[in-house]
Amino acid sequence: MSDAATALQGMAMAPRVPARVFAGFRRAGRSQAAYALAAPAFMLMLLMLIGPLAGVIALSFTDYQLGAPAFSWIGLSNYREMFADRVFWISLKNTLTYVAIVVPGAVALGLGVALLIQSGAGLKSWYRTVYFLPVMATLIAMAIVWEFMLHPQFGLVNGLLRAAGLQGHSWLQDRGTALYSLCVIGIWQATGFNMVLFLAGLVSIPKHLYDAAEIDGAEGAWSRFRLVTWPMLGPVTLFVVAISAIRSFQVFDTVQVLTKGGPSKSSEVLIYTMYTEGFEFFRSGYGAAVTVVFLAFVLLLTVLKSALGNREVHYA
Amino acid sequence: MTPQARMLLWSAIRHIVLLAGALVMLTPFIWMVSTASKPQTEIFSSDLHLIPYHFALWDNLRIAFAKADLWRYLLNGLIVTTSIFGLQVLVALPAAYALAKLRFLGRDVLFALVVFCILIPPQATAIPVFLLLHKLGVLDSYAALVLPFTISVFGIFLMRQFFKTVPDDLIDAARMDGISEFGIVWRVMLPTAIPAVTAFGIFSVVAHWNDYFWPLIVLNSEHLQTPPLAVAHFRNNEAGTNYGPLMAAAMVIIAPLVIAFLFAQRRFIEGITLTGIK
Repeated sequence: MSDAATALQGMAMAPRVPARVFAGFRRAGRSQAAYALAAPAFMLMLLMLIGPLAGVIALSFTDYQLGAPAFSWIGLSNYREMFADRVFWISLKNTLTYVAIVVPGAVALGLGVALLIQSGAGLKSWYRTVYFLPVMATLIAMAIVWEFMLHPQFGLVNGLLRAAGLQGHSWLQDRGTALYSLCVIGIWQATGFNMVLFLAGLVSIPKHLYDAAEIDGAEGAWSRFRLVTWPMLGPVTLFVVAISAIRSFQVFDTVQVLTKGGPSKSSEVLIYTMYTEGFEFFRSGYGAAVTVVFLAFVLLLTVLKSALGNREVHYA
Repeated sequence: MTPQARMLLWSAIRHIVLLAGALVMLTPFIWMVSTASKPQTEIFSSDLHLIPYHFALWDNLRIAFAKADLWRYLLNGLIVTTSIFGLQVLVALPAAYALAKLRFLGRDVLFALVVFCILIPPQATAIPVFLLLHKLGVLDSYAALVLPFTISVFGIFLMRQFFKTVPDDLIDAARMDGISEFGIVWRVMLPTAIPAVTAFGIFSVVAHWNDYFWPLIVLNSEHLQTPPLAVAHFRNNEAGTNYGPLMAAAMVIIAPLVIAFLFAQRRFIEGITLTGIK
């Protein structure tokens, strides 16, 4: 700020003569400066984002494999192969299942926690910190902790179940439960993130609306929620749903380290398929085709999110 | 029931539910610390207990540090995250200033490109960027970890929005003083934007400290591993035999960010949820 202060002082003392003649001249210089300032960012954008994005689409029409001396354009062959591949459909179905479980779970819990925290005064920031902790902590490290908690023999979860007289389970090793176990970890991690977004939304609801509702006879927590909170939170909720869906679509870390998509493909997800095809078998072309499918889903959700994000909130 | 009694009851319910939820949230952390503090024999027993009979945290930490060069991995994490953030600022701030305060042909197109690029998920460009780094011959190096992230379109967008709010008088005054446009970025704009840069910094450092996908793809050498990669590697090597040291290693890996978070919660929450606003 001290720079700004001296600069302002300088302006006060500067003679007010600078000739108009130089203005146009200076503006041209300024526009050159603008190009120089924006050039590095522009070049890197082309090199690391727009180029690769065009590249992944182009690659999906080739048979390129990493290290191959040449490649040829094969049209839709990759897509044809993909749509005929059982693993791709399993992968897509698992991804959608994961999204369909984690999104409602993490959104509902995030909303519930935010409402509960906001409804009273005590321990507010302590609760917020605790629920946000899983968002902060390195997911890979925590995934390994979860793996041990879900250990069939010595894990905490089965230990508690046994203590309650129930049967333990091989959560991550059983094809019937592997994906759902990953969903639980996903919900555990995403709830705090959604909670913070909801808290921000709750704080921004004008207090006079609650007063007005009370004057109109809305008594009790439930009618206040139904008449004021929920309608006012509508746009935020749609927004949180879209963000959660985008993040869930990108699920990879827990899958790669805990199940490798198994057992027998029961937890195979899109990004993991892309990873194995593109970076383990180095079938860049086919991996690119899988990426394009993933991209289509995520872009659809993103467009939806921006549309919702820009929608005005009506206070009427 | 009197209103007071109802208030009290509600407050009690609120705390009971929130505390129960908080316990679930904290369980993995508690169990991690508990397991890291137990000797082998207590870990592999069907008798569940939270407090170890034998306190073995120091032994487990010593084994973890002996088996894996954890200091090295933490240092790698620090080098990679700070280089990424430094370069992001270096690239994004001038561009953000030009977009916010200068008039030039193609400005709107450039801004539209920035907004478009925000929509691209990082996994989507992985294969071509990998091929590019392969062509450049920089795979398996710090450069491979840092280069793709030197451009943060989100950072440009964020800083541009912030710079829009800086009064033009301030910039004109600086020009009168003979400060160049480049100088204005660093000597006038940056000092006014410290809160926004801090929030963006937290967002960037947390994202790249925790990133697993990209290091997994571009790295081969053990000595370059970032913390998440190192802990996954540790786990694969020990394959379910050495949970005490493994949990100790996990603790070490998450410690820097968790401690920083506990000291500056408000700033961290603000920084990380920036993605929500974009």
